[in-house]
Amino acid sequence: MTQGGGAIGMRAPGALESVGKPAPDEKPRRGALWAWVIFGLGFLYFFLPLVATFEFALGHPTGPVKPEPSLRYYENVVLDPRSEFFPRLLFSFGVAIATIILSIAIIVPTAYWVRLRLPRLRPIVEFITLMPFVIPPVVAVFGLIRTFSGPPFPLMDTTFGSTIVLVGAYTILSFPYMYRAVDTGLRAIDIQSLTEAAQSLGAGWPRIIVGVIFPNIRVALLSGAFLTLAIVIGEYTMASFLGSKTFGPYLSLLGQNKAFEPAGVSIISFGLTWIAMGAIQFLGRGGQRIQVGGAR
Amino acid sequence: MSFLTLTGVQKHFGAFTAVEDFTLEAEKGEFVSFLGPSGCGKTTTLRMIAGFELPSAGRIVINDVDITHRSPNQRNVGMVFQSYALFPNMTVAENIGFGLKVRKRPKEQVQKRVGELLELIHLPDRAGRYPYQLSGGQQQRVALARALAFEPQVLLLDEPLSALDAKIRVSLRNEIRAIQRQLGITTVYVTHDQEEALSLSDRVVVMNEGRIEQIGTPFEIYNFPTTAFVASFVGTLNVLAASVVDAASGRLSVDGQEIRAASVSAPNGSKVSVALRPEIVTIGGEGDGNRLSGKIEDVTFLGSIVRIRVKVGEGAGRLSFDTFNNPSLILPKIGDTLALTFPPEACLLLDAAAEIPALSIDADEA
Ligand SMILES: Nc1ncnc2c1ncn2[C@@H]1O[C@H](COP(=O)(O)OP(=O)(O)OP(=O)(O)O)[C@@H](O)[C@H]1O
Ligand SMILES: [Mg+2]
Repeated sequence: MTQGGGAIGMRAPGALESVGKPAPDEKPRRGALWAWVIFGLGFLYFFLPLVATFEFALGHPTGPVKPEPSLRYYENVVLDPRSEFFPRLLFSFGVAIATIILSIAIIVPTAYWVRLRLPRLRPIVEFITLMPFVIPPVVAVFGLIRTFSGPPFPLMDTTFGSTIVLVGAYTILSFPYMYRAVDTGLRAIDIQSLTEAAQSLGAGWPRIIVGVIFPNIRVALLSGAFLTLAIVIGEYTMASFLGSKTFGPYLSLLGQNKAFEPAGVSIISFGLTWIAMGAIQFLGRGGQRIQVGGAR
Repeated sequence: MSFLTLTGVQKHFGAFTAVEDFTLEAEKGEFVSFLGPSGCGKTTTLRMIAGFELPSAGRIVINDVDITHRSPNQRNVGMVFQSYALFPNMTVAENIGFGLKVRKRPKEQVQKRVGELLELIHLPDRAGRYPYQLSGGQQQRVALARALAFEPQVLLLDEPLSALDAKIRVSLRNEIRAIQRQLGITTVYVTHDQEEALSLSDRVVVMNEGRIEQIGTPFEIYNFPTTAFVASFVGTLNVLAASVVDAASGRLSVDGQEIRAASVSAPNGSKVSVALRPEIVTIGGEGDGNRLSGKIEDVTFLGSIVRIRVKVGEGAGRLSFDTFNNPSLILPKIGDTLALTFPPEACLLLDAAAEIPALSIDADEA
């Protein structure tokens, strides 16, 4: 849709000018050229650091000894049986999945209900979801540790308990992104009519939310899930204070002790995160024969 | 024994009264329309029957069961929306089968019923399509099938045709009526289109500002309106200012010309408004009917009909009426004097002289 609109927008001025003189549409081409230039700059901005990091991890020592560039630092990380790389990364993915599920379970019904019945509360709810931007993670994590260190919730005593606290904290971190994504998704469909139609057909609330609302905001849920995944994989402050063995603290530790490995880890984790996003995309779209388009 | 009963139903939104004292009894299989101008409370009343709004007072009973406080999904009432409200993520067949799936009917049974309904709405080959792949008319037929699939006790339709273009509107409304007759389902149909209400309904409920103005068959509503509002809202009316000469014999004076009305309740000498349906007026003619003459102000050729407007006297008002076109017709000329006749029974007397502007056919056209 965006593409179509853009094309029309670009062609329109040319079409107007060509009235009277059958000149070729120059404007669109110049517009397209600029678009490519800007795209190219953006591409470089995004990929140069990646390429540089990748290259650095091949090993380019500046000292007197100059060994050949190779993948040995990558191998050190991935193949070494003592390496914590995979356990940490898997643990972080697990935490991310738990966070995504919890976040969706909280945000979707909330955003739905606010849109359907309490539109006046929307600014307030929106503000509440912005809390992670207002409260610094360091402050939040100390609050969490104090709260959950003793009775009645002595969660910090066990790894499992502190993981629960971590997932809870990450869920709150995901709120601003998840809420906005879901709210935008809900705006695109006529939730009142769809809800009432489902109700008149005999459906109760759980069915309406899972069977009617979820599938129609699928794309919004996916983007909320991507952002959450990205936050969780890279998060450092909360995880390290809570003593969780996630990926962020590992990367930081590695950075203190080694020179080339951290760069290698960054590149590998970057690739794996993209693969994970692809997997979410695939699972999210699975079973869907066609892309849900709006009314045409 | 009535099947759907609303008794003293009211709805307030804060201090605003959207529906006041709505009482209606509909028989099983009856097709009832709510007709009225925008904002008169039609949708609100329908939504109370569906359960989307809780009445502020009153009771709603379907088949002897009081459903006033039941949630919408416990009412067994089918609803068709103006916006279709089909589930975009489901195929036509899944949409139609939704109500049955919710009721946990076995798969084969759902499939069979969906097939039947697709036949009923003449879209048997569209089962696998998605809503956005259908035209508006097709989508609304699917919505109708979806609302009927689980065999609801009552079918509610809220302006189901107003998003469609004129031609499809007429064909689809006939289809809706045919299906409704075939299934014998009690139906409430909301519209602000009088033609729709009159042509479809067993009975019409005319509403205005949250109140019921009149309930009756289309014939009654059109020919015997009981209030000035109904007379003016349903069909077109010519309104003439008159004064009562002799109430007992029904004699009235329209700017000096005497006519008779079937019954006059206002006292002698008082001002009244006489309303006339355009189709009752004929040109010329002898006999013992009423006779009025006036100057032709306007002649409009509209193809199958010719619309003529005549000014009766000074300040009494105008009569607008149609005659059928035929090739041998000699069109009257503007400025000519024309004699018109109409029977005394056709004169509807409206006492509120103040309502003339709102009722006049000219205001309608402006
Ligand atoms: N939720 C609400 N809150 C406040 N006022 C409302 C609400 N719903 C309806 N109203 C008011 O009640 C009145 C009746 O509304 P309703 O929708 O029933 O009208 P309608 O007859 O269906 O009109 P239309 O032909 O335009 O659809 C309107 O004045 C409307 O503004
Ligand atoms: Mg309405």
